[in-house]
Amino acid sequence: MHKLRSTLTMTGIIFGVSSVVAMLAIGEGASRDAQEKISQLGSRNIIVKTLPPPEDKSSVGQQQTMKEYGLTYDDAERFRGGIPNVRVLVPNRRIPEQALYRNKRVSVEVIGTVPWYPEISSLRVKYGRFITSTDTHYKQAICVVDEFVLKELFAFDDPFGQFVKIGTDYYRVVGVSTAQKQESSSGMNVPGSAKSGGGANVGKIYIPLTTARTRFGETSIQIGTSGATLERVELQEIIVQSKTIDQVLLTRQSVQSLLARFHKKSDYEIVVPLELMERAKDVQRIFTIVLGSIAAISLLVGGIGIMNIMMATVSERTREIGIRRALGARKLDIVMQFLSETLILTLCGGILGIAVGSLVPALVTYFGQMRTVITPASLVMAFGISAAVGIAFGIYPAYRAANMDPIESLRHE
Amino acid sequence: MTDTTNNNPNPNDGDPILVMNRLCKNYQLGTVELRVLREIDITIYSGEYVAIMGPSGSGKSTLLNMIGCLDRPTSGSYRLGDMDVSQLDDNALSSIRGSRIGFVFQSFNLIAQLNVIENIEIPMFYQNRPEHESMQRATELATLVGLGDRMKHRPSELSGGQQQRVAIARALSNDPLIILADEPTGNLDSSSGADILGILDRLHSEGKTLIVVTHDENIATQAQRVIRLFDGCIAEDTYNHKG
Repeated sequence: MHKLRSTLTMTGIIFGVSSVVAMLAIGEGASRDAQEKISQLGSRNIIVKTLPPPEDKSSVGQQQTMKEYGLTYDDAERFRGGIPNVRVLVPNRRIPEQALYRNKRVSVEVIGTVPWYPEISSLRVKYGRFITSTDTHYKQAICVVDEFVLKELFAFDDPFGQFVKIGTDYYRVVGVSTAQKQESSSGMNVPGSAKSGGGANVGKIYIPLTTARTRFGETSIQIGTSGATLERVELQEIIVQSKTIDQVLLTRQSVQSLLARFHKKSDYEIVVPLELMERAKDVQRIFTIVLGSIAAISLLVGGIGIMNIMMATVSERTREIGIRRALGARKLDIVMQFLSETLILTLCGGILGIAVGSLVPALVTYFGQMRTVITPASLVMAFGISAAVGIAFGIYPAYRAANMDPIESLRHE
Repeated sequence: MTDTTNNNPNPNDGDPILVMNRLCKNYQLGTVELRVLREIDITIYSGEYVAIMGPSGSGKSTLLNMIGCLDRPTSGSYRLGDMDVSQLDDNALSSIRGSRIGFVFQSFNLIAQLNVIENIEIPMFYQNRPEHESMQRATELATLVGLGDRMKHRPSELSGGQQQRVAIARALSNDPLIILADEPTGNLDSSSGADILGILDRLHSEGKTLIVVTHDENIATQAQRVIRLFDGCIAEDTYNHKG
C-alpha cells in the first residue's frame, strides 16, 4: 500500500469521524449543562425574577425621582393564595454589598430570605444553622455565610459568634453554607443577577428577609449614564415550587397570568429550569444538523475516495488475484482480503478522526465558552461508523476483485 | 527409442489419476463458435511424467486450464483422483486447485510483497492449515529446493532460477495429486533451466505425477510420455523408453 496515497484517501474519513465526535461531544455537553442547571435550580421550581423595565422614552424629559418596579410582597401573597399546587414559596431580596471583618473586605451578595430557602435549592448548611423563624420574627441581625465568604474573611478564625459588618450594620455569624455556583458563569445564561457582578464568583451572605427589609429598606441609588436615580424594588426573586413535576408548566401559567394582571410594565422574568432542558435540546439539535451534515458529506466523499483507491488497487493487483485464485483462494477469500484492507484503511482514518475530533470540542470549549463532554460511547460509535464506511465502500471493489476470471488475471501484465 | 502406439499400457502400473473422456471446449466469439478442444481422451497414471506439446493455437493452454481446474469443459467428463470435477461450482474448483494441483508458471508468479516462506505458505493458507504447521512445511520445502538460506528474501532479490524453485516449493506445499507446469523453463537461461529440469526429474523419481506444457524439446526427451496436440485434437501420445 502506498503510504501517501492511503493517507490522502483517509482525510475524508478523518473529517467525517471527527465531526461525529465533535457533534456528540457538544450535544452531550449541552445536555449535561442543562441537567446540572436543573438539579441546581430545582426541577420543580419556577423562578420569578425582577428585571428593570425597558426605558420609557416618553418620560426621559421629566426626570423621575423614583423608579418603582419589580416583584412585591403582594405578588408573593397572591402566589401563595391564588395558585393551587404550590408547595413552597420563597421570596428573596438580593442586595449587592461589601462585607467587612476586621481589615478584610469582600464584595458579597446579601440575600434576604426565609428559613425554608434550603428546601427548594441546592444550598446546604455545612456548619451551624440556617435562619430560623424566630430570627425572622424578631428581625435578628444574624447571618449565614457561604464557604466562599468564609474563606475570604475568616481564613484563620472561627466564624461563629463573630460579627461581620455589612453596609452599616453588624451581623452575627450563625452558620456556614455551601457555595452555590454563580448562575451566569456557564454557557446558558440565566439573566437577572446582573447587578451582583458578571461571571466572577461572588460570595453570598444570607440574612432574614425581615431584617433585610428593615435594615436595607427597599430603595437603592443607581448611578447610570443619565445621573443618579432612585430605585425602589421590594423583592428580587420569588421562587415557587409546585407539588409535582407534572404541574410545573401549569403552575408557570398561573404565575404568569397573575403577574400579567398586576404588572403593567414587563419588570419581571420567569425562569423554569425544566424549560432549560428544551433550550439545551434546541442547541443540541442545531449542532447535530450542522455537524451531522458535515459528517455525512465527508463520510460520503471519503467513502467514495476509499472506493476509488481500492478499485485502483484491485486493478493494479489483478495478477496477484489470479495467482491466489489458482493457488486455491475462493471468491470469498479474495473478498475478505480486499475488504479487510479497506477496513484497515478506514479504521486508521477513524482513529485519526477520533484524535482530531477530540481536539475540536476542546477548541469549542475554549473559544465558544461551551461545555463539551466526550463519552466513551461516542468514540465507540465513531469507530463503528468508520468500520461501516469501510464495509459499505469496500464491498464493491472486493466483489470486483473476487469475480475476475482467474485465467484472464493470470495473463494480466 | 520411441514407441508410437497409443494404447501402450502404463509402464508404472499406477492408478489412473486423471481421466478425460470426450472432453470438449468451445468459445463463443460473436456468432462464430470456436472449437478449441475436440473430444480429448487422456488417461494419466499416478507417477507419470507427461509433456504436452504442440504449436501455438493447438489448444495447449486451454487444455492446461482444464487440467488445472481453472475452467470448465463445454462437454465431456474430467475425473481428477476420485472425483468428477467437470461440473463443480467455483468454490469447489478453488478448493480442488488448492489441494490437488500444484501450479508452476512460466513467469514464476510469486507475490512480490511476500518473502520466500510466505509465498510457499499461500496454498496452505487457503486450505486452512494451522500457521505453525505450514510454517514448518514451508521451511522444509525451501530447504528442499535449495533456498534454505534465503527464506526471508523477497522475489525481487532472487534470480529467475531461484524464483522458479520457490514456485516449485509452493506447488508442492499441499502435496498435490499432480504438479502442473506451464513452460517452467521458458523465462530462464539454459543453466537455470537445466537446474529446474533437474528438480522436476527428481520429483518424478520420488513418485510425483508431473504434467508439463512446453515447447522445450529437452523436457520432451526427459519426460516419460509426450502428448502432442494439433488443432484441438491429440495428434500423438507416445512413451519414451529411456536407455
